[in-house]
Amino acid sequence: MSNRIDVKKTYKLFINGAFPRTESGRTYEVKNAKGVFIANPCLASRKDLKDAVVAARAAQHGWNKATAYNKGQILYRLAEMLEGRRAQFVDEIVTVTGVSKAKAEKEVTDSVDRLVWYAGWTDKISSLSGALNPVAGPYYNFTIPESMGVIAAIAPETPSLLGLIDSIAPIIVGGNTVVVLASTKAPLSAISFAEVIATSDVPAGVINILTGKKDEITPWMASHMDIDGLDISGLGAKKHAEVKTAGTENLKRIYSFKSADPGRILAFMENKTVWHPIGL
Amino acid sequence: MEEKLSFEYAPAPESRALVTIKPKYGHFIGGKFVAGSKHFPTINPATEEVLSQISLAGKADVDAAVKAARKAYTTTWSKMSGKERGKYLFRIARIMQERSREFAVLETLDNGKPIRESRDVDVPLAAAHFFYHAGWADKLEYAGLGTTPKAHGVAGQIIPWNFPLLMLAWKVAPALAAGNTVVLKPAETTSLTALLFAEVCQQAELPAGVVNIVTGDGSTGALIVNHPGIDKIAFTGSTEVGKIIARAVAPTNKSVTLELGGKAANIIFEDAAIDESVEGIVNGIFFNQGHVCCAGSRLILQESIADEVIEKLKNRMAKIRVGDPMDKNTDLGAINSKEQLLKIRELSAAGDSEGAQRWSAPCDLPGKGFWFAPTIFTGVTQAHRIAREEIFGPVLSVLTFRTPQEAIDKANNTPFGLSAGIWSEKGSKVLWASQQLRAGVIWANTFNKFDPTSPFGGYKESGWGREGGRHGLSAYLKGVSHE
Amino acid sequence: MNFYGLVDGTEASLKKYLGSLSGVDQVGADARAAMLATRSIKTTSKRWAIDTAITMVDLTTLEGADTPGKVKALCTKAVRPDPTDSTVPSVGAVCVYNDMVEIARTHLDLIGGQHVGVAAVSTAFPSGRASMAVKIQDTKDAVNAGASEIDMVIDRGAFLSGRYIEVFDEIVKIREVCGTKAHLKVIFETGELVTYDNVRKASFLAMAAGADFIKTSTGKVAPAATAPVVLVMLEAVRDFYAMTQVRIGVKPAGGIRNTKDAIKQLVLVNETAGPEWLKPSLFRIGASALLNDLLMQRMKMDDGYYASPQYVTID
Repeated sequence: MSNRIDVKKTYKLFINGAFPRTESGRTYEVKNAKGVFIANPCLASRKDLKDAVVAARAAQHGWNKATAYNKGQILYRLAEMLEGRRAQFVDEIVTVTGVSKAKAEKEVTDSVDRLVWYAGWTDKISSLSGALNPVAGPYYNFTIPESMGVIAAIAPETPSLLGLIDSIAPIIVGGNTVVVLASTKAPLSAISFAEVIATSDVPAGVINILTGKKDEITPWMASHMDIDGLDISGLGAKKHAEVKTAGTENLKRIYSFKSADPGRILAFMENKTVWHPIGL
Repeated sequence: MEEKLSFEYAPAPESRALVTIKPKYGHFIGGKFVAGSKHFPTINPATEEVLSQISLAGKADVDAAVKAARKAYTTTWSKMSGKERGKYLFRIARIMQERSREFAVLETLDNGKPIRESRDVDVPLAAAHFFYHAGWADKLEYAGLGTTPKAHGVAGQIIPWNFPLLMLAWKVAPALAAGNTVVLKPAETTSLTALLFAEVCQQAELPAGVVNIVTGDGSTGALIVNHPGIDKIAFTGSTEVGKIIARAVAPTNKSVTLELGGKAANIIFEDAAIDESVEGIVNGIFFNQGHVCCAGSRLILQESIADEVIEKLKNRMAKIRVGDPMDKNTDLGAINSKEQLLKIRELSAAGDSEGAQRWSAPCDLPGKGFWFAPTIFTGVTQAHRIAREEIFGPVLSVLTFRTPQEAIDKANNTPFGLSAGIWSEKGSKVLWASQQLRAGVIWANTFNKFDPTSPFGGYKESGWGREGGRHGLSAYLKGVSHE
Repeated sequence: MNFYGLVDGTEASLKKYLGSLSGVDQVGADARAAMLATRSIKTTSKRWAIDTAITMVDLTTLEGADTPGKVKALCTKAVRPDPTDSTVPSVGAVCVYNDMVEIARTHLDLIGGQHVGVAAVSTAFPSGRASMAVKIQDTKDAVNAGASEIDMVIDRGAFLSGRYIEVFDEIVKIREVCGTKAHLKVIFETGELVTYDNVRKASFLAMAAGADFIKTSTGKVAPAATAPVVLVMLEAVRDFYAMTQVRIGVKPAGGIRNTKDAIKQLVLVNETAGPEWLKPSLFRIGASALLNDLLMQRMKMDDGYYASPQYVTID
């Protein structure tokens, strides 16, 4: 055994491509399954949410404008970077949740593969959902799925990494930017994933990650007038009615999902129909 | 021969003889007309003549309608093959075509819209919607929602007064094609064509209870929205009521689609085809008296052509024929209700008091009925109420811009996102603008075009979901991964 | 010449002037024309429209088989379209080839038709394929023979290959030949120009060059005077008036065969250029078969029952 003292990581938020501490100065203790202290991640406040939404909104136009090919490569780059840091993620999952190493490895493998799967959707989703509509007249008429804007997401408690991937990737595949609240009990994978993001050519503000308490942040997400949609897959079913009701103030699109499929991408895309005359 | 310059069009009224309006109507429940208890009058907004007495559905009526719809769903409609369901829809489409003139006359009498529009737009499009969706009924497994898409069950549908029959078609046709049964409530002021549609259902021998129509006001609508026996709510109307419905339905498992308000920008670039743009502006805001959720109510003009376009627009507006909706030459009919007229007047007065310049086309408005001359406000800015609030009348707010990006920024500077117009002869600019605009329907070098194959619906506070095309159909099917 | 101050006669100035015109969206123009075609013109307004349309007819015969006899018969019909009803007005003019001008003028004068003009088609009608010298001589012959109106064709080949200045110069030269003796109508042959953009461009070119009228077609090429083409030309004369305060006339020709078509044309005029154009000095209809249908519809309105071709003359 070495006598060397470990350099431990300070777990911070990920907003606009940077790693700030919460403006509230608050943290909470994360312990492992046996109750041993592991880290003091940030307890994000509604003001952190507000800042994250500003960053996400500012980034949305540019991210949406990036070509589908480019978006696909960036998502694939996330998979590459995650693959390269498998060991770290496996360790963190084992440490925090107490699952077996084999199970943690499977989650990381699935997460990498899931990212690769989503990466391939960026340039296919519009052929899946778009249409050339044969209207009864001299008009060229097509419908295409388009980004909805800024989407907030509440990641499930477990699996903390794979669940986070499902809370982020389908949203950004569609050209949206995202503010995600990570698993409260197991936030380390999320914060480490932010480091993956930071080294993957994802433009600042496209993905923003908060750590904290669902009960505290969710109502502010639901009522925020500059959030266009909300993924509440990570929120207990009992809370859905309340959140959906609060979200009606700006007719926010609020959904929860059971699986990863193209519907999950399309849920946060709008359909735009364009008409143009055909003539000389 | 002495030269006489005046070409006055003699009155050319469409005949009323084709329609029979009963003195009193009940509801259409379980395939039969049943008497209502309380009644309210429906009037011709062009004359204020009372056309008939309409029943106000209460809880018992809505319960009966939902029960009939549920029974039809479980015993008949959900068991029938798509092929057979489709044939009923084809029948309905054909009967609507056969009785199209009757529908047009009745629509114009009850709504106040010009007979030219009810005859050439509303009724043919309504029939087309049934024809289009009829063909979907036996092809649902190809609708992109998996191999076994399922209907929701009973759909509660609440429609507005601006396109009474057409909105009925937009709602009923996809619902039935997807295998749902429906309880539909027409708008308080425009129930008559829905009740005539009930007769069409009878002529088509549609199984009892598949379509149920209850008439009434907002209280009836609320009974439908909150009814525990309804699986799916579809509403077209104001954003204000849409939010109330969204709130009511949020705690439930009901699926919802909402087609709500708009404040569409109609952007004219300096390289537009000017004469067709002027026609597009007129069609955008004066079609159906401006009672159109997707109306091009904000004209956003490039400054370099603003004077020319406004002058041409005024000349063109002076040629709009305002008056008797039954006259085949009328372009702009009556405002649908006194309530709506007062709202248009109130917002127009706000335009005056906020310093915009009002100009109305010179025209003689009839003494009786509800009328508003085609009007534009120039000198409007984003801060004016008339640039932000939906007027839902023949009133256009004119703003100007200097650069394309400024036009887009102004167009998108609204919580609404239903539609937008672009006028330019430069293809790349048209496509650029159509990408930038945050709206569900973009009309480039045209405006206010509708088709059953073409998905229609809004971004942001203009609603949830689409109507028309495969996208619209999917709103009436389960099978999506989210809830 | 100053060409209304719009061009200075150079190719550069003409290109700049034509380049300043906005485009025409075909689908939009078609839709507007189709909407105006739904106007329902009944009773008193229909009666007014029929009589007005009769005064606007350029009664036309442009056949290789034309003879003095045929032209004289046409002139008689032009002056008194219905020999049994003196309330029927005379038509606007007769329209003939230039070798028939003198015959037509003489005969009209002989039968009390001094008020009916003689229009001569000119400049190697209908193709326009001849030397400038021939075109000028062609026009001179017609004017000298008594034509009060010259219906010239433009060189569509020059127009379609972008040699607008040649088209412009031709019109200017023919305008000079017409002098004060004859009005100049410029025929575009819109069926060969094909696009509405070209129709609008040709309209502004011809108006600046000195046309008194712009005319759709020779009658030898289809499509001819379609409603949207006439709409585009009416928009052009309206806009030209706004620029110059000068009203240029419009003459649809070809394909207008019945009363319904003619009334649609009048509706187009009324709601596009405006009622100021609803007179024969600013709107003509080039036609041969139309007149008899107008007469039959007039009889129907007077008598209350449908007419028979037996009761209208075939000249």
